[in-house]
Parts: sequence; structure tokens; C-alpha cells
Amino acid sequence: MSEVQKQADRKNARNAWALSAPALLVLTVAAVGPLLIILIYSFLLPGKYGNVEWGFSFDAWRGILVSKDIFDGTYKLADAHLTIFWRSVKLSLLTTVFTFVVGFPTAWFIATRPPRWRAALLFLITIPFWTNLLIRTFAINQIIRNEGLFNTAMIQLGLIDQPIVIIYTDFAVFLGMTYVYLPLMVLPLFAAIDRFDMRLLEAGYDLYASRMQVLRRIIVPIVKPGIIAGSILVFIPSLGAYVTPRILGGGRNMMIGNFIELQFGAGRNWPLGAALSMTLLIIVMVALLVYVRFANRDGGHG
Amino acid sequence: MSADAIIEAKSVTKTFGGPAEPVVALDHVSAAILRNEFFTLLGPSGCGKTTLLRLIAGFEMPDSGEIRLDGEEIGHLPPNKRPVNTVFQSYALFPHMTVRENIGFGLLMQGRAQTEIREIVDRMLELVRMVEMAERKTDQISGGQQQRVALARALAPQPKVLLLDEPLSALDYKLRKEMQIELKRLQHETGITFVFVTHDQEEALTMSDRIAVMSNGKINQIGSPREIYTHPVNRFVADFIGETNFIEAQLEKGVARLAGGARVAIETGHADGAVTLAVRPEHVRIATQGAQGAIPATVADSVYFGTDSHVYLALDDGTEVVARLGTDASGHSGPEAGDKVFVDFAPGSVQVLEA
Repeated sequence: MSEVQKQADRKNARNAWALSAPALLVLTVAAVGPLLIILIYSFLLPGKYGNVEWGFSFDAWRGILVSKDIFDGTYKLADAHLTIFWRSVKLSLLTTVFTFVVGFPTAWFIATRPPRWRAALLFLITIPFWTNLLIRTFAINQIIRNEGLFNTAMIQLGLIDQPIVIIYTDFAVFLGMTYVYLPLMVLPLFAAIDRFDMRLLEAGYDLYASRMQVLRRIIVPIVKPGIIAGSILVFIPSLGAYVTPRILGGGRNMMIGNFIELQFGAGRNWPLGAALSMTLLIIVMVALLVYVRFANRDGGHG
Repeated sequence: MSADAIIEAKSVTKTFGGPAEPVVALDHVSAAILRNEFFTLLGPSGCGKTTLLRLIAGFEMPDSGEIRLDGEEIGHLPPNKRPVNTVFQSYALFPHMTVRENIGFGLLMQGRAQTEIREIVDRMLELVRMVEMAERKTDQISGGQQQRVALARALAPQPKVLLLDEPLSALDYKLRKEMQIELKRLQHETGITFVFVTHDQEEALTMSDRIAVMSNGKINQIGSPREIYTHPVNRFVADFIGETNFIEAQLEKGVARLAGGARVAIETGHADGAVTLAVRPEHVRIATQGAQGAIPATVADSVYFGTDSHVYLALDDGTEVVARLGTDASGHSGPEAGDKVFVDFAPGSVQVLEA
């Protein structure tokens, strides 16, 4: 390679760096920086009244899995924490599966309407988004609480004599999250189904496939990118949900989000909060990796 | 009906749209498609040819009438219960599968064994000359190759009848010519009955054993390409298949008299009255003055085409007639615009249509 060529290459490289500087700056300030702070905090000691004291410690990370007995100083498994983690993962998975079960027929229905109808139906799906999340969640609270709309109506109709306890249970959290995140499942599914060539259905039936076989072997593989996108869009915010479990789950049915908030508030254990935040991030990353692996299997239409 | 018929449609009617504004796609259509023949449904768009094909495939159900396959009523069976396969106009190949998986799909759904599927698919790949492309995805092959895969996929389960819905319309001219020959070869080699839908009369004439010419939801005529070209039953068929001159005439005692007074010899067996004569442009000849049946005409225009020239003539009564005249070796193309000439029609070439 000639000297001139090398010089030109170096200049190009310099220009490339200069041009990407704004993007790099934003990434550093908005993403890497805060993450770094959280990471550092997770290795510090908790201050008496919140905040942190400078001093390196693994206590916060150890505190995620084990807790120290305040009387005899022995360590045992922090099963309360594990319960919270398990509840978060379980409810998020349930929400993802259920929004798919409800969302797929919905998206299919919308995608197969005439174009005029489609726009209107999609608008209806997105309407809840225009309302504040808190208000929507409190509205669900009003419906399902013991003296709420649902129980009052059931009692008035004489179907039950004691209110069915829904509020402040895992089921209430699941119900709320399903309602809140359903549009995030429907929209990517709609986009995928909308692109699906309906003539392939006739080709499938023509080649002796039953309805179930057409669904399993033709529709699902082709709209898989939409299924994966919808699942990610529902699962990840579900895992970190804060408002819904706070209002519908009460104090006892905490999820990771509430548990983290607790550490920065009443718990006054910022390092533990920081370590929990990092743990949540790791769980999300692992889930994403699994999804990507799943998406790229058999040919990768992801 | 004929014992040799593989498909029989009996008075099939199909209507689309609500009861308020029904659109009749097929109006009491009856036809018999014979075993092992290349049968073409020909007509302009909206004539009902694709609807008839979709009724045979099972994508639509008839409002009334019967569709029989090998003597068995199938009109209301779903498509996956009918031993017929379709080559779609858009090909409708499965984009998430390889060429091999596409061709094997029907066999897989029939529950055939893996080894058997492999064997048949290999044979199909060879038949349509796509062996090297077997592991490609369908978006990595050309339009003509997709066409071959669609054919192989529909042929693999060895259907009793293969339905082809304008399969060549998306190909360019040269490829279309190639595929026409290819289709004839495949039909010959597999011995499967082909039912082919097209609006291209040339395609229909060159490929078919028999043609059904359709318009407005009805079959006008069924016959061999030769029959349909030389003996069209009505004005629509004569006009749709090839070019035709229509000349109004009066029949008197077996002789047709044109408005200008000229007499034209016709086949016997037609009742007297007003009729339309149909003459192909290649059967219009330049005649010598005073010869029997010579009709005076004026040349309006003459267009040179190389192999022949198209001469636009006006008869005395104002009727316009096109003649296709062969050119001689010197390149002389016959009469020029403005010439006064005499024309007659080749013996036996004049068809009498009920006016």
C-alpha cells in the first residue's frame, strides 16, 4: 500500500470518528455513564440515612441471595428476595403468553379487515396509551377491589354473597400488566400479519394441509419476527414493572421494580438497590440472548 | 356424459356479492374435461374462467350445480380433501422454506414417509430441471425458476388434475414461450390432466388439446384450437380468437348478398335472413376484375410487416375489411393506399354467424 493511500486511510478514520462523536457523546452521557454509576454504587457501603459511604464491599451483591441474621450474625438464603425474583419472572412470562394468546387473534382480525376498518381498529387498540398509566391502573383497581364494580355487580346479581378477592393478589398484577401491555403485543403482530401473503393459505390448503397444519407450518413461521418482537416488548417492561404491582399488588406482592424502589426509599440501602438493578439488567440481557438464539434458529427470519 | 371425462361440471352457478347486488360469475356452466387432455379456459378478465378453476380447486363452493371428479361429487369438499393441485398466478411459494421443502410440502401433509418424499422430490427436481437449486430459499431464485418450483410442488403429490391459473402471465415474452413448450412436455411426461386458465388466445391455441371460450360467466364454445379458429360459433368467439372481418349480409337461397350487391358463396345449411359473415384477414385475396365473386374495394391504408402486409380496405357499402397479403421476394407489398382493387374470399373460408 502506498504512503498516499495510508495517509488517506488515516484521514478517513479520523473523519469517521469525528462524525460519530455526537452519537458517542450521547451514548456515553445517557447510557454508559449512569450504568457505570449504578455499577460503582453496588460495590459501596450503605449510608445511615440513604446515599452511600465510600468503601469497597461485596455486601450488596451478597445481599441479593443471602441475608445476615441480625441476632447471631449467621448467613442464610434470602428466600424473600428469591420469591420476589421468581414472582417477577413468572408474572412476566404469564403476561407475555397471555397477551400473545389474546393478541394474535386480535391482530389477525384487524389485519384481515378492509383498510378503512383497519386504521380505526388500530386506533382503538392504541387509545389506552393516550391515558396516564397511573389513572388506568387505578381504574382497574376500582373495578376489581372488594367493594368495586365487579364484586358489587356480582353480589347484586346474586351470583356470590362474599366478594371475590382479586385486588392485592398476583392475579391482579397479572391482569393489570396484561391490560397495560397488550397493545405492545398486538402492534408488532399486526405489522407481521399485515405483510403475510394470504394467498399462501390457499396454497397450504391446496397441498392437503389442515387448518392446524397451515397455522403451525405456514402462518407461525412466517410471522415469527412479529411474535418475537411482541414478546420482547411485553416481557421486558413487565419484568421491571413498578406502577402496576404497586397499585394492584399492594405491599406484599412486590416485583423487582418495587423491591429496588424500596431500597432507595424506606430501606435506605442504595448499594443493594444498585446491585438489584444490575441483576434485573442481567436477567433482561439473558432473556434477550435466548430470544435472539430462538429467532435465528432454522434460517433466521428475525 | 362421456365415460372418459375426469371432471364434469353440471349447470354450475356461482354468484358473488350480497343478495342486494349479486354479481353472477358463472351462469349454469356445464363442461366435461377429458382424461389426460390439456384443457384451456380462455376468455377476457371477468368472464368467470378463474372462478370455474377455483370451484374445481375447492377455494369456492358453487351456489348450485355439481362438480364431479372421476364421477364423484366434490363440489362441497374443502381443497385439502380434493386430489387436485393448483399452480397459482402469483406462485404462492412458501418463503420460509427451501425449494426442496416447498416441493415436498404436499407429500409431507399427505403423511408420506420421509424416504418416499425424498425420492419423489428428487424426481420432481429433475423433471423441472432445478436439481442444483434444491437447497435455495425461494427468494434466491429467478421468476422463471419460481415458476418451475410452483409446477413441481403441484405435481409432486401426483394429482388427478393439475389446475394452472394464468401461470405464465408474470413472465417476459421469451421465458413465456419457453415455459409453454415446457408445460406441454410436462403434461406429456406426467400424463396428468391439465386445466389451464388464460386470457391469451395465442397461448391457448398453441398449447391446448381443447379450449373452452368463455364470456360473461358462460361457455361460448368448446372445441379443438382448429375447430374454434375455423368454425367459431358466434361473433364473440370469432372476434376473441384471432383477427376477423365481420360483414353484414342477407341470405337468399343459400347465397349471401352483401349490402353493396356482391354475392358471396357460403356453406349450405343456413336459413335465409340477416346474418354476419366472418372472414379471417389471411383469407381475403386480391381478385381480377370480372372474376366470379370479385368485390370492388378501395385501399385505405397498407402496412408492411415483413412476412406480410396488412391492407385496410373499404368495400363499396362502407364495410371495413382487413386483408393479410403475403409479400413476394422483391419486397413488393401489393396495392397502395388509394388504389381501386377487387377482392374475394378463399373457398370455404367464410363463416356464417347468426346475426
